[in-house]
Amino acid sequence: MLRKLFKFHGGVKPPTNKAHSTTAPIASVPLPDRLVIPLHQSVGGHPRPLVQPGDQVFKGQRIGGADGNLSSAVHASTSGIVRDVLPAVMPHTSGLTTLSVVIEPDGEDRWGELDRINVRAATPDELRDYLRDAGVVGLGGAVFPSHLKLKPGKEGKLDTLVINGAECEPFITCDDMLMRERATDMLKGISAMRHMLQARDVLIGIEDNKPEALAAVRAAIAAAGEPGIEALAIPTRYPAGGAKQLIRVLTGIEVPHGRRSTDFGVQCFNVGTAYSIHDALEHGRPLISRVVTVAGNVDAPRNYDVLIGTPMDHVVRLAGARPDTDRYIMGGPMMGVRMPAFDVPVVKATNCILVGSPVLFPPPPPEMPCIRCGECAKACPADLAPFEMYWFSRARNFGKTQEYHLFDCIECGCCSFVCPSHIPLVDYFRFSKSEIWAREREKEAADTARERFEFKNLRQEREKQEKAEKLAAKAAATREKVAGDTATAPPGAAAAVTKPGGDDAKRALIEAAMEKARLQKAQVAPKNLDVTSPDVQAEMAAIDARRHAAREASSDPHPPAGQA
Amino acid sequence: MINSPYIRKPASVQSVMLQVLLALVPGIAAYVWFFGAGILVQLAIASVAALAGEAAMLAIRGKPKALFLTDLSAIVTAWLIALTFPPIAPWWLTVTGTLLAVVIVKQLYGGLGQNPFNPAMAAFCLMIVAYPALMSQWPAAGQLDFKTQIELIFGGARHVDAITGATPLDALRTALRSAASPDSELHGLRAAQLMDGPAFGLLGGKGGEWVAFGYLLGGLWLIQRRIITWHIPAAFCGALFATAGLLWSLRPEGFASPLFHLASGGAMLGAFFILTDPVSGATTARGKLLFAAGAAVLTYVIRAFGAYPDGIAFATLLMNILVPIIDMKTQAPVFGHKKD
Ligand code: SF4
Ligand code: SF4
Repeated sequence: MLRKLFKFHGGVKPPTNKAHSTTAPIASVPLPDRLVIPLHQSVGGHPRPLVQPGDQVFKGQRIGGADGNLSSAVHASTSGIVRDVLPAVMPHTSGLTTLSVVIEPDGEDRWGELDRINVRAATPDELRDYLRDAGVVGLGGAVFPSHLKLKPGKEGKLDTLVINGAECEPFITCDDMLMRERATDMLKGISAMRHMLQARDVLIGIEDNKPEALAAVRAAIAAAGEPGIEALAIPTRYPAGGAKQLIRVLTGIEVPHGRRSTDFGVQCFNVGTAYSIHDALEHGRPLISRVVTVAGNVDAPRNYDVLIGTPMDHVVRLAGARPDTDRYIMGGPMMGVRMPAFDVPVVKATNCILVGSPVLFPPPPPEMPCIRCGECAKACPADLAPFEMYWFSRARNFGKTQEYHLFDCIECGCCSFVCPSHIPLVDYFRFSKSEIWAREREKEAADTARERFEFKNLRQEREKQEKAEKLAAKAAATREKVAGDTATAPPGAAAAVTKPGGDDAKRALIEAAMEKARLQKAQVAPKNLDVTSPDVQAEMAAIDARRHAAREASSDPHPPAGQA
Repeated sequence: MINSPYIRKPASVQSVMLQVLLALVPGIAAYVWFFGAGILVQLAIASVAALAGEAAMLAIRGKPKALFLTDLSAIVTAWLIALTFPPIAPWWLTVTGTLLAVVIVKQLYGGLGQNPFNPAMAAFCLMIVAYPALMSQWPAAGQLDFKTQIELIFGGARHVDAITGATPLDALRTALRSAASPDSELHGLRAAQLMDGPAFGLLGGKGGEWVAFGYLLGGLWLIQRRIITWHIPAAFCGALFATAGLLWSLRPEGFASPLFHLASGGAMLGAFFILTDPVSGATTARGKLLFAAGAAVLTYVIRAFGAYPDGIAFATLLMNILVPIIDMKTQAPVFGHKKD
């Protein structure tokens, strides 16, 4: 049966550059001298270190415990000695550091004792906890802890489980190779997820430029014989592999910004994640390695199975980086981030190490003014009007950028890609978002201060009132004494009646005031922070740094980050 | 420092403008064929004036000259001026118009991309107000040889009234008006009969209709190249046809046929090259439809009831004023917020 596919607006067709890295199978990488494993690798809280310098660790041993439920564990990728637990440069443009465990491999690559789980007997909650402790996170790039997404919506079941094998970014082929080589295991992972989500259908979307992967997945489906799972070829068009775009293409549903896809009966996982889930559930192996594409300015682009924590240059060396290499990019050329150094570690989010050179990725031609040609709007998969947002970003009219739905921008880069004026539009949008976040944080701080201030006023008022009442009571008592009338009730009784009443009134007053303050705060509470993932919030610090740099570099109100 | 994306489509303002210029070539070729090579001289005069004005302003404003002079946007403005001004306009008229367009309407508003008004059309309006007679002298097809044209462009004395008439649009309107009056010898004649003169061709003015056809071809090519979208030309032609058709069907003796309106004057140039100027035009799909339809109705009204030879220029400027509000009110719903 031919399933009807849907279209998303916009998108672009950059040269895919995928052929070279798919000629050879996924290769393994010799153990490096040192593994640097950042503890914070996924969206969510920072895992606490569970090891100390000098500790012997085994492969698969947990070295970072999940911090609360919105977090995911981290493991030793090989056996060896912990040399250090210290802040190390993380694979992010900002060059900021993050607490990392440095392991010196002993070369034996010995597995520790693995937690096993009886998949059939375990409850869904137990499975989720298990996956959290196995460190399974989304491998498509978003690194969202998978256990959090493996909950069906309110109805307890799902219409469609969407599996993302689109891989639309140029150069990246790790999912392609994984599907070609590990389709059967991947499918087992999909079955497990389907079971946990109570999903009726499973749709695996694969861009039609990967016929081999599609064939392998279809063969695996046929062999497994499980009904209701279908692999579909979707038109090759960036960013068809964006979760929202893929859901749209396969189901016709558009999940709005800030809404959960399960509210619409869909959930989306990457093919690599499915494989890791299988590995964890079936073999008890936590997520300690992943497939990474090494491509770009190298002699032999290829995919490698890389231990988390391996320095990037250790892997790139195998593919033969060319001498004019000037940078590594983590991810693809459309959305990838430039690395601050060559030896930053491969992390769970590293789908590709794109080796760059000035020839391969030349600086864009000089920026010209916007001619309002609308090319960017035509290319925008979020149906935005980038040139309007650009206009208001430049004018620092951030309220207006939000009216034009700045926060619906998925930063896919299509607009910058097509702009004939070579305007780095996404940079402006990142800049505006970071400005807005910064302002909202300031506002939040101010709100807290104001709340404190209001509370202080309230307290002072209350104290004044209490003083006055005490004085009044004293005066009354004195009067009574002076009157010398002892026939009536003792003076204390009257006070005992009135005082608690006064206290109640005061308490009610205070509570009302605090409630009011709370409500006010809720009203002004930034809309956007609600849906800002902790990951994004973490990134804000980095953007802030760039923003300040940009500000200092130019006093002209035409700045954005990245131009400095 | 460069952030993602690290790759870009090979596109530039220059290549966009170059394609617009190329798309004008068929129309210009027809122009030369029917009306003589004088127009080439006008194109050259306007181009030189535009570059000179732009260079001077860029120098004053301290902007990179090489970058902006080679973007070809000034040349596009220059060519539109040359093609909308009378081909025998004296050189200083073309130069003044071009300088007004480039220096005031474009550069003083902030240069490329910043002008709220279409520079060429603003210049046209200013000049026709200032020099109504000179801006209304149009030779008929094949009427003047190249030598005479050069003399008219560069020469001093102009006894042009004797040799040139009004545009076919103007001529037909005048004829229709006199046909409406009972003491005219033309009384009772219909537009079709009035057009039975040497100045008229199959649909519009003789020769002029072929120039319009050339613009149509070039414009369609621009759509095919995705430089412009279909919205503005389609809405403009559709609305002009509908408005003209309505009045014509009500009173065929008083109004020109809708096809005449499409084939005459600057209709095709306007539909494909003037209203589609991205800088001063509407940008949303629905906005473009509204913008162009509004311009068509205004054009028709000015043509049929006004005193100017053509209405495109004024219609364009009037609609330019409305662009911000049109754009604001016609933003399409974004991803996830559509009601399908
Ligand atoms: S593509 Fe560039 S020049 Fe065109 S409207 Fe968008 S921002 Fe402006
Ligand atoms: S980066 Fe944002 S504005 Fe640009 S095309 Fe992508 S979603 Fe649209």
